[in-house]
Amino acid sequence: MKVLDATRPGKAPAAPAPRRRAARPRIAPLVGIVLAALAAEIVPRTGLIAGDALPPLSSVLAELGRQAGDAALWEALGRTVRTWAVGLVVAVVAGVVVGVLIGLVPILRAITASTVEFLRPIPSVALIPAVILVFGTGFESGVVLIVYAGFWQVLVQVLYGVQDIDPVAHDTARSYRFSVWGRVRYVIWPTALPFVFTGIRLAASVALVLAITGELVIGTPGIGQLISVAQSSGATTEMFALVLVTGVLGVLVNTGFRYAERAVLGWHPSVRRSAGAR
Amino acid sequence: MTDMVSVKGLNKVYESAGRRVEAIGDITFSVARGEFACIVGPSGAGKTTLLKCLAGLLTPTAGEVLLDGVPVTGPPPGMAVVFQEYGRSLFPWKTVRQNIDLPLRQKKLPRAERDRLVTDSLGAVGLADAGDAYPWQLSGGMQQRVAIARAVAYEPQVLLMDEPFAAVDAQTRADLEDLVRSLWRSLGITTLFVTHDIDEAVYLGERVLVLSASPTCVLDDVPIGLPAERDQVTSRSTSAFAELRTRVHRGIQDAKAGRRTSGAAA
Ligand SMILES: Nc1ncnc2c1ncn2[C@@H]1O[C@H](COP(=O)(O)OP(=O)(O)OP(=O)(O)O)[C@@H](O)[C@H]1O
Ligand SMILES: [Mg+2]
Repeated sequence: MKVLDATRPGKAPAAPAPRRRAARPRIAPLVGIVLAALAAEIVPRTGLIAGDALPPLSSVLAELGRQAGDAALWEALGRTVRTWAVGLVVAVVAGVVVGVLIGLVPILRAITASTVEFLRPIPSVALIPAVILVFGTGFESGVVLIVYAGFWQVLVQVLYGVQDIDPVAHDTARSYRFSVWGRVRYVIWPTALPFVFTGIRLAASVALVLAITGELVIGTPGIGQLISVAQSSGATTEMFALVLVTGVLGVLVNTGFRYAERAVLGWHPSVRRSAGAR
Repeated sequence: MTDMVSVKGLNKVYESAGRRVEAIGDITFSVARGEFACIVGPSGAGKTTLLKCLAGLLTPTAGEVLLDGVPVTGPPPGMAVVFQEYGRSLFPWKTVRQNIDLPLRQKKLPRAERDRLVTDSLGAVGLADAGDAYPWQLSGGMQQRVAIARAVAYEPQVLLMDEPFAAVDAQTRADLEDLVRSLWRSLGITTLFVTHDIDEAVYLGERVLVLSASPTCVLDDVPIGLPAERDQVTSRSTSAFAELRTRVHRGIQDAKAGRRTSGAAA
């Protein structure tokens, strides 16, 4: 074919080999952790803080080891994670659906802008009394709090994301007569996805805070309630062991979502750059 | 009626808060079925605006655009556009194959036919091996060829191209010019090619429309009587080429000087 002569055949370059990381950044965080652990061990032993209020790290860890063999801890953890997960899923789904709808229809955007700006800053915690009145003290109350707080985080990010559509990509989709669904699925959604992930990460941390807060304040079974019980019965070591559990949970949530983000957004400039740049 | 594209009294005014730009004054022309027409004009002449009106992406302020006799009110079927900003027109989250395949899926073509069209079009632009790469892993010239392959695979009746080679090096540009011409000759697609490069317009087109500066009108309509079989070296060195080039050049000079009618057209 004559056409073939006209151009040089092109080959896709192979993906760049993953660059080995320098040794320093690997060690630096460890140093920080060791220093913090040392402080947590030594400060309580100096007697700066009165009595047993602040147990040294080693006894907190020992207590945590004991608790790990106890089904009660795992059950409480399961409940907390369930509240967190259910609330987060509902918040994300609602935030994405409403966000895309509002983003697609300019009139909706104009109508809702002021409402969003008013409702968004209300701290969820301020709603706890109202939520107890309406939903009682079951785990639903925690879920409602999480949905409320998480929804705004996701919604606002999705709105940013939908606005970020490249006008040329948009015109391309229009000129090739993409259906509304085709545009949402193949253009709007991928553009908004990095923003959605940011929203999910923000919502996930807020959701964890609220899951624990709800249990602490409302008394719904879960880690928060165990902490509250441990505190009122003077079991400070147990209390700190439980606090440590919530910390670990927070770290797991955050790193989990970061990995998921990297896996899904391989094409995105922010991920591309950090994978192959020098 | 053999006119594929016909533009009647087109006028486009951009109106935004406190700013009013009359991009297109009054444009009337038509392009026959299967014709290759080039549109040249100085920067800011409203070439992109004209193309967007033809593509149904912009609503004209006055006048109308007919495609095969049917008024254009939105993006019409059977039309493909290669945008000036080709890099941004490819979806970075899709591979090259998927980028070409998406419009075909929207056309609801069966799987087997889509696969054939994608493979054929990639072969035609010399990118048979690049199907599984992502657009951002390719060079600028390769990305432009992907955008062309996508347009060709769509099997349009009308192909609009907006300064598609403005950002590639001279050698790639020459290759792509020959590619577009041979695609046109083998497929017979009515093609409107916007450029600000006079040589390119004369080399590619069967006809060159010279636009004035904004507010735009058609200054000159130059039939290009060069033989259909063209060659980068020999075609460009003929005296006929030089004459046509001079005529278009003079038209552009008039356009830059802000004249509304061209002496060369008389
Ligand atoms: N969206 C817009 N809003 C307002 N004015 C616009 C818009 N797009 C283009 N214009 C104006 O219309 C005129 C023509 O622009 P256009 O992009 O069509 O020119 P062009 O011939 O394609 O130029 P170039 O060769 O540089 O691509 C310019 O004066 C520009 O400022
Ligand atoms: Mg332009």
